[in-house]
Amino acid sequence: MEETMTQPTKVAGFGRTLKSEEMVISMGPQHPSTHGVLRLELVVDGEIVVDVIPHIGYLHRCFEKHCEHMTNYQQVIPYADRMDYVAAMSNEFGYVVACEKLLKIKVPERVEYIRVIMAEFSRIVSHLIAIGTYGMDIGAFTPFLYCMRDRERVLDIFEQTCGARLLYNYMWIGGLSHDVPGNFSGKVKDFCRYFRPKIRELNDLLSYNKIFIKRTANVGVLPADVALNYAVSGPVLRGSGVAWDLRKNDPYSVYDRFDFEIPVGKGLKGTVGDCWDRYMVRIHEMEQSVNIIEQAVDKLPAGDVASAIPKRIRPDAGDVYVRTETPKGELGYYIVSDGTATPFRVKVKSPCFVNLSALPAMCRGAMIADIVAVLGSIDIVLGEVDR
Amino acid sequence: MTAQEIVDSLKARFGDAVLEAKVDAFPDPWVKIAPASLREVCLFLRDDGGMLFDVLMCLSGMDYRGGKLGVVYHIDSTSKRHRIVLKTEVSEADPRVSSVESVWKTANWHEREAFDMYGVIFDGHPDLRRILMPDDWQGFPLRKDYQVPEFYNGMKVPY
Amino acid sequence: MKEFLLDLLHNEPLVYTLMAIVPLVWVVPFALFAVWWERKISAHMQDRLGPMRTGGYHGWAQTIADILKLIQKEDIIPSAADKKLFILAPYLVFAGSYAAYAAIPFSAAYVGSGINIGLFYIISISSLVVVGLLMAGWASNNKWSLFGALRSAAQIVSYEIPVALAILAVVMVTGSFDLQEINRQQSGWFWNWFLFQKFPFLFVGSLIYFVASLAEVNRTPFDIPEAESELVAGYHTEYGGMRFALLFLSEYANMFAVSAIATTLFLGGWNSPFGDWLAGPFWGVFWFLTKGMAFIFVQMWLRWTLPRLRVDQLMYVGWKVLIPFAFVVVIGVGFWVMALR
Repeated sequence: MEETMTQPTKVAGFGRTLKSEEMVISMGPQHPSTHGVLRLELVVDGEIVVDVIPHIGYLHRCFEKHCEHMTNYQQVIPYADRMDYVAAMSNEFGYVVACEKLLKIKVPERVEYIRVIMAEFSRIVSHLIAIGTYGMDIGAFTPFLYCMRDRERVLDIFEQTCGARLLYNYMWIGGLSHDVPGNFSGKVKDFCRYFRPKIRELNDLLSYNKIFIKRTANVGVLPADVALNYAVSGPVLRGSGVAWDLRKNDPYSVYDRFDFEIPVGKGLKGTVGDCWDRYMVRIHEMEQSVNIIEQAVDKLPAGDVASAIPKRIRPDAGDVYVRTETPKGELGYYIVSDGTATPFRVKVKSPCFVNLSALPAMCRGAMIADIVAVLGSIDIVLGEVDR
Repeated sequence: MTAQEIVDSLKARFGDAVLEAKVDAFPDPWVKIAPASLREVCLFLRDDGGMLFDVLMCLSGMDYRGGKLGVVYHIDSTSKRHRIVLKTEVSEADPRVSSVESVWKTANWHEREAFDMYGVIFDGHPDLRRILMPDDWQGFPLRKDYQVPEFYNGMKVPY
Repeated sequence: MKEFLLDLLHNEPLVYTLMAIVPLVWVVPFALFAVWWERKISAHMQDRLGPMRTGGYHGWAQTIADILKLIQKEDIIPSAADKKLFILAPYLVFAGSYAAYAAIPFSAAYVGSGINIGLFYIISISSLVVVGLLMAGWASNNKWSLFGALRSAAQIVSYEIPVALAILAVVMVTGSFDLQEINRQQSGWFWNWFLFQKFPFLFVGSLIYFVASLAEVNRTPFDIPEAESELVAGYHTEYGGMRFALLFLSEYANMFAVSAIATTLFLGGWNSPFGDWLAGPFWGVFWFLTKGMAFIFVQMWLRWTLPRLRVDQLMYVGWKVLIPFAFVVVIGVGFWVMALR
């Protein structure tokens, strides 16, 4: 069928008839602001961007093909980690919840609570990177290092729990690989006490800075109906004013037992759905994550984290689609089983892939500096976009 | 609406475009639609007052072995809180499916990926070209019978 | 100093050469020091340490090591670049920044060239930097460098107007372009400094000058020409090795030149803030350099605190905010001076 590959009808920069004042410039795969290997082809008229064409695939590591050659469903988990390498716990969470639904396994309560704590920590960690690098894109270099410093504290907790700082292989189908270390609740509460004032510090330094607001308010506006049509999710969707969070609207694990709010963009500094709204949603989400962590660690039940891990994983033939709320948005795993120990198909619907597809819709009439601002506010991780 | 009601409503309106339905499938009930009529069905599902499926959650290409490809659509309604799975099947010889890009814009990139990985051709897609693989790649990587090419532009592929 | 050397050596060309070398002796070690200082300041503001090892105590030899590394690098010129312009550009940028030192008095006894249109000369010669930047951006044959160079040219040219207007206000008060004369008129205690004279006009004028001079030297929040996050490195993307070192050092030279002018015009130059106590030709150098470094510290402080303005917002600030205020300052000072006559 290769010969009948359709000819592209509306082609990127090459083949496009440029008007004489337009220039095609490549925000190429290597660029300090594209958060990874992403190529944005910009057709610019002076400083105004007429069109943005993203080219992805530079970090495609064939996750889905690998899954079809695993000998075991558990072997997929280290690969799942590496998709969104910034918040690896969330990827694992989504996959194991999907597999447990397929296998009809019920995990112990302790496992559920620890998973929620780890997922919320990974939300904090991911948002710290998003906020820090966003500040750096806008030109404020210092908040990035403050965010890294706070992130190190969380990574210390991860390291004490499972031995790894960035890519964990911690959540297994049916349980966890290690139980939490001694004095876990003390360490977690220390962190929560330490972290709340840091969010205030970030607000003082970056969020309400006049120049930052000038650069991000009214830039990259994404209306709510366009957002839903593009199926964006996560802070991008909530920044556009849609109060949709899977932890409340389609709860999984034990999220329905916790009391937290869903921050939504209200257009306080500009229009609803601009970059500042998306950024502030992330700041507020960090605060809410700290709330959830404190509640979870208070109610942490006793138990064995490895008791429900199955010895042999051989699900019945069938398929399942489970979505979880990762820091980037709605991560969906569509797992098809044919009755053997090897997955037949694992399709990952990654939130960054979908959010990035909405980039051209957000960039109408922007300037080059705004493209950087919008891209930073979407918060993409190329590992997840390309899988 | 329950899955049975959705299926009945579709059958009533589209008749033989609805090829098969398994409402009691665990965990997600699914409906199989004829590939050529997908756009009309999806437009109805999005716009009808009782359905209001406004979000296409996931679009996956599939290779069912034996020369059969497929596409699986998971759609969801934020207002009505119901979801349904649509499936289609095509043969490798004529893998044409009508595109739902005009219904949900998010399908633009998802369909490009299904084309890239499986070779499913979406009729009516404005810009169907490869997305993850390089533009001049030969072959469709996620098919079950895919052989990794020896060389790509002079570079050895398997290492 | 000129008469002293003439008496000693009786050789005019030699004396003039020596006088010209003095700023160079200051500028180059200062640039090396400023790079280290910036790294240390930025590090401590960012809750880290900065260079610690090179040379022992707090990495003081770090910049020397960096310069040695840059000197011995391979000189790479992109094959499609405009060779002559590419090579010439860093020299122009350095020359434009350095030539301004000729008319800046470091102390009562030393000024490179005591011309009576000192300020006028300084403003004009430092515009040479724009030509150098444009050359660097164009000759690199790189679209991103071109963007950086064009933005830089627009920015520097636009912000020269508030700078010139702020300087004009001071010139109206002193009645002379000669920088030594301006220094002499600020002698005495610190309330004689022009910062506090004709209040609030010259105070506002000094703020305008300070903000506009940030734009002149491409420092954040006006560092769009070298905006690392957007343009990779702007106009000096394609430069490596010693050429880059020259561009980099001339940025710091420019920073100090601008700070030196600010100190001379508004902070009393080489005058001691305590009248006659701690005054004298050598103390003058100390006071001058200290005040200049204080300005540089504030410039660095701002760089690591504030985000960057977008280019149209920057133009807006220059044309629609600074220039009207600068006009008000000039008119206010003008009326004040006339009323005193």
